[in-house]
Amino acid sequence: MPMREAIASFVHDGATVCIEGFTHLVPTAAGHEIIRQGRRGLTVVRMTADIVVDQMIAAGCVSRLVSSFVGNSSAGSLGELRRRVERADPAPLAFEEYSHYGMVCRYLAGSQRLPFYPLRSYGGSDLPGVNSDLRKVTSPYPGPDGEPEQIYVVPPVNPDVTIIHAQRADRRGNIQMWGLTGVQAEAVYAARKAVVVVEELVDDAVIRSDPNRTLVPAHAVDAVVVCPRGAHPSFAQGYYDRDNAFYRAWSHISKDPVRLREWLAEWVYGTADHAGYTAKMGEESWARLAVGEALSEPVDYGRRL
Amino acid sequence: MSVVQAPDQVTSSELLSVVASRELAARRTVFAGIGLPTLATELARLTVAPRIEVVYESGVCGAHPSHLPETIADSVLITGAEAVLSMPALFGCVLQGGHIDVGFLGAAQIDRWGNLNTSVIGDWERPDVRLPGSGGGVEVMANSREVFVVMRRHNPRSFTAELDFCTTPGPDRALAEGIRPLGVGVTRVITELGILAREGVGEELRLVAVHPGVTVDQVREATGWELKTDETVGTVPPPAAAELRLLREDVDPGRVYLR
Repeated sequence: MPMREAIASFVHDGATVCIEGFTHLVPTAAGHEIIRQGRRGLTVVRMTADIVVDQMIAAGCVSRLVSSFVGNSSAGSLGELRRRVERADPAPLAFEEYSHYGMVCRYLAGSQRLPFYPLRSYGGSDLPGVNSDLRKVTSPYPGPDGEPEQIYVVPPVNPDVTIIHAQRADRRGNIQMWGLTGVQAEAVYAARKAVVVVEELVDDAVIRSDPNRTLVPAHAVDAVVVCPRGAHPSFAQGYYDRDNAFYRAWSHISKDPVRLREWLAEWVYGTADHAGYTAKMGEESWARLAVGEALSEPVDYGRRL
Repeated sequence: MSVVQAPDQVTSSELLSVVASRELAARRTVFAGIGLPTLATELARLTVAPRIEVVYESGVCGAHPSHLPETIADSVLITGAEAVLSMPALFGCVLQGGHIDVGFLGAAQIDRWGNLNTSVIGDWERPDVRLPGSGGGVEVMANSREVFVVMRRHNPRSFTAELDFCTTPGPDRALAEGIRPLGVGVTRVITELGILAREGVGEELRLVAVHPGVTVDQVREATGWELKTDETVGTVPPPAAAELRLLREDVDPGRVYLR
């Protein structure tokens, strides 16, 4: 499915949209298409809110953010997000903070349709005071000392749509990824609909030669969008490297609201689609991000004789 | 090991890395980020802790990077690694399952019990500064056997009597709420002025050593609470020539993190 059609069909105004990918395989191209289509009032759920979230906030798409880390990776701050939270400039942003494992547990509960998920975090933290969804329960089983045990729980998250990026898929929508795999499979299963953007479509036989690498099977996927280089400035292991220079540049771009809006006008609104964006970057940029080969040793699944 | 460098020729990142590396002696599994913890763990591997295994928040265990990584999710950490885990496996099984000896954390603020703030300076609703937030620090604190904190700046704003917000509670605060964490919380705080330490639950951080040229009074003035000190506050042995050589020539020859 073309990206334009996938976003138009699955991402509606006011929807809860989960965008996952832990530094690796960030679905940036999908975020840009959401900006181009002018979605409004989205609740974005993402463990590590980063550049693409800062861009979506700046474009006015996001009214609520659910996250455990809001920063430009190790390269600095997210200027737009900070202006929103610190000064409500130009508008307030509702922000629900969790810890990383709190977010993981929300996906685990959501993917398994459980009412909550327990975790050994938050005891003594001020977070439950500002996030009423962090609640404490008494375990129905005695603790190691025989006494009742208290533990925090988090609620499930069931996004209207989860969007992830992956290396490859077959025609049915079986998704293979490798390298950092984060919490993408759980986020897909937690969602009502799932859109997966991939670097390339491969023959069914390629997928079936290595079924253990399929982290998201076709039954969990509603749309596959083929969009090479769609994770830039993040990376796709084995395809292209992380654009560290862009991460560093973003801290400066986003610090100045005028410069940030000029960037959006030029690079997102000013490009028809992600192919336009990557072409505008130029082959020199892509040569800088090129990676060499490091093939894994084939495994032998065997076959019955 | 002999000292060849005057302290003023050693940069603060070199000093902090060397001191932190020494504290890792006999430790096996370390949960660490990029930057100073990378320098400290790599130096420890070459000196006091040859069997050390670093686990990264991105899920990488047993990394063998071809280049110095720029983030915990750098592609060079993945290629050639011994294992790459999903987030549920990393946070659920490795951390919460109790496999980490030492967690490295940083923070904007720390208090006398080793509780940390990484969320906001000022009010939650309209903060003066919105910091990156919880991340995995909450889980590292709750589940590592002990935690080392490395803070470059030692001043009363960051070493504060009262946190603006407690993102990452130590076990004292957790126990007060009836929650039992796995570890003992912060045991070492390494700063530009010296080393603060506490052994475990119920103890305050106390000053155990200062860097050469730093006085106890200087550290007291830089700390926002009435800092307890050991009866005799030691002097941190300055980086030895061998430690500095390894750090500069083997660990970070391109001076990516060494400043």
